[in-house]
Amino acid sequence: MNRIGYYLLYVFLAIVALFQIFPIIWLFLFSLKDNREIFAGSPFALPTEFRWENYQKVWDGGIGVYFWNSVWITAVAIILTVVLASMATFAITRMQWKLSKLVLGLFMVGLMIPIHSAIIPLFSMFLKVNLIDSPWSIVITYTAYNLPITMMILLGFYYTLPREIEEAAIIDGCSVHRMFFRIILPMTGPVISTTVIINMIYNWNEFVFVNTFISSDKYKTLTVGIQNFIGQYMTDWGAIGATLIISVLPILLAFVFFSNKVVEGISSSAIKG
Amino acid sequence: MKVKKIRGHSRKDVLLLNDMGLNVMNKVMSNKWIIAIYTLPALLLIGVLIFIPLVLTGYYGLMDWDGIGDMSFIGLENYKNAIVDGKFWSSAWHSTLLAFFSTLSLAIYLMISMILASKLKGADFLRKIYLIPMLLSSVAIAQLWIKVFNPTNGMLNYVLMKLGIENPPAWLAEPSFVLFAIFIPILWQYAGFYILIYYAALKNIPESIIEAAKIDGASPLQIAYRIKLPLIKGIVKVTIVLAIVGSLKYFDLIYVMTGGGPNGASEVMASYMYKLAFASNDFGYGSAIGFLLLIITLIVTVIIRKLTATKDEIQY
Repeated sequence: MNRIGYYLLYVFLAIVALFQIFPIIWLFLFSLKDNREIFAGSPFALPTEFRWENYQKVWDGGIGVYFWNSVWITAVAIILTVVLASMATFAITRMQWKLSKLVLGLFMVGLMIPIHSAIIPLFSMFLKVNLIDSPWSIVITYTAYNLPITMMILLGFYYTLPREIEEAAIIDGCSVHRMFFRIILPMTGPVISTTVIINMIYNWNEFVFVNTFISSDKYKTLTVGIQNFIGQYMTDWGAIGATLIISVLPILLAFVFFSNKVVEGISSSAIKG
Repeated sequence: MKVKKIRGHSRKDVLLLNDMGLNVMNKVMSNKWIIAIYTLPALLLIGVLIFIPLVLTGYYGLMDWDGIGDMSFIGLENYKNAIVDGKFWSSAWHSTLLAFFSTLSLAIYLMISMILASKLKGADFLRKIYLIPMLLSSVAIAQLWIKVFNPTNGMLNYVLMKLGIENPPAWLAEPSFVLFAIFIPILWQYAGFYILIYYAALKNIPESIIEAAKIDGASPLQIAYRIKLPLIKGIVKVTIVLAIVGSLKYFDLIYVMTGGGPNGASEVMASYMYKLAFASNDFGYGSAIGFLLLIITLIVTVIIRKLTATKDEIQY
């Protein structure tokens, strides 16, 4: 490839990168401005003064509650999903029983289901058992809907575990539970961290379940919370910008530190069809 | 069998132990109770929260029901209504258009990936930059792009006015522009995802094939079109399924950006269904639309999966 062509390709790739990243930088810039500056100045200008008080204002204004709801709901659902998915994957891949293939098939069919086709009955079911407007409806729904994808990521790893480990453990008189929790589960650490990241992105960003099942402000998570919140600050762009930056920050930070895991997780969750 | 793992036994003992051990092992590892304990919690969750609701959606679709009061069975009435419901067809048409745009955009993503995978320095860093929008919630993306499209203070119209265009459109308020405007953030959001998949597939092509083609005097374009593209055909087909099925399910972004408006110009199947159930309390008709959405999604998936079945034929 000749030199000029080589540089042209780089310029092209850089423009694509700019297109991908610039809207987020713009958002960060206006989250630190006040309206006068946003409406009168160039959108590309740096803030004359960094107005961090925008962040303070929206945090105290109620975003804090949504933030912590997102944190604990995301965390509890991740733990439940990863533990239940690991247990089921273990039984399906490592234990001998006739229906294992069929059960695996059921989980994999779960990958293809559009959630919107289930949301009306879910709503009426939760209404009947008094789980509407309870954060637990969200936790168990996240867990159920993330089980298939989590198991799919785990499967490959479980199939490659050597039989000898289990044989040695059992000959040494280890029970299945001990073997699973003390030996197998720790061994799957690397793939578990991939599933945790993927679950974190899904749960943190989920919108429609919370929007449908939760009506009290005290239980709302960030995605739904910021929706209402932004309504109040209709014309205060600085506040809206700060709200949005707060809502995306944890995921962006996770990406900065674990980008390889994120890439791995997204590519292995992609080929689900 | 690795004998070393078993401590404190001679080799002969171990061989004996192996036989016994395998028996014990098979017995332990096919214990029905243990299998039940390990699989039932997960099965119960997907059964109750995924499969039963799907069946119920089909069932509610046969009912006249406001979600609270009594249901009354009306047979296929809801489906008959759907056939003559102009709003349903226009939402289905918008979903189809989005699926079509999404499929076309795959060509752009593929081109970028080809360039990225042609041994450029920094490719790994760039593809991570491209991926960032994919990590944001649809709500945040929608809110951000509402601002980008803002008629007076948005970034887009600022640039357009600087370029000398006097009255740039109010993108999200124009029925004729809204669907295209909504597609821009969709393009933006998923670019990194598809580039990631294509890049990985392209990196899997053995170097020797490319080298052989170069020696034979093939140009970079010929290599891309005649050699690389056919070799990753399987992955391309998978991404077509993802793009089409994904488009049929679009909801969050559109719901937040326009709520299906103005005047239904950006209504898609999922948003129409959601409105019927949770804004008009027409749970019966909403369920029927939801069931249609399920059937359409499954049919499209199965059809294109059949096409992807050829992927094993590729030989290097």
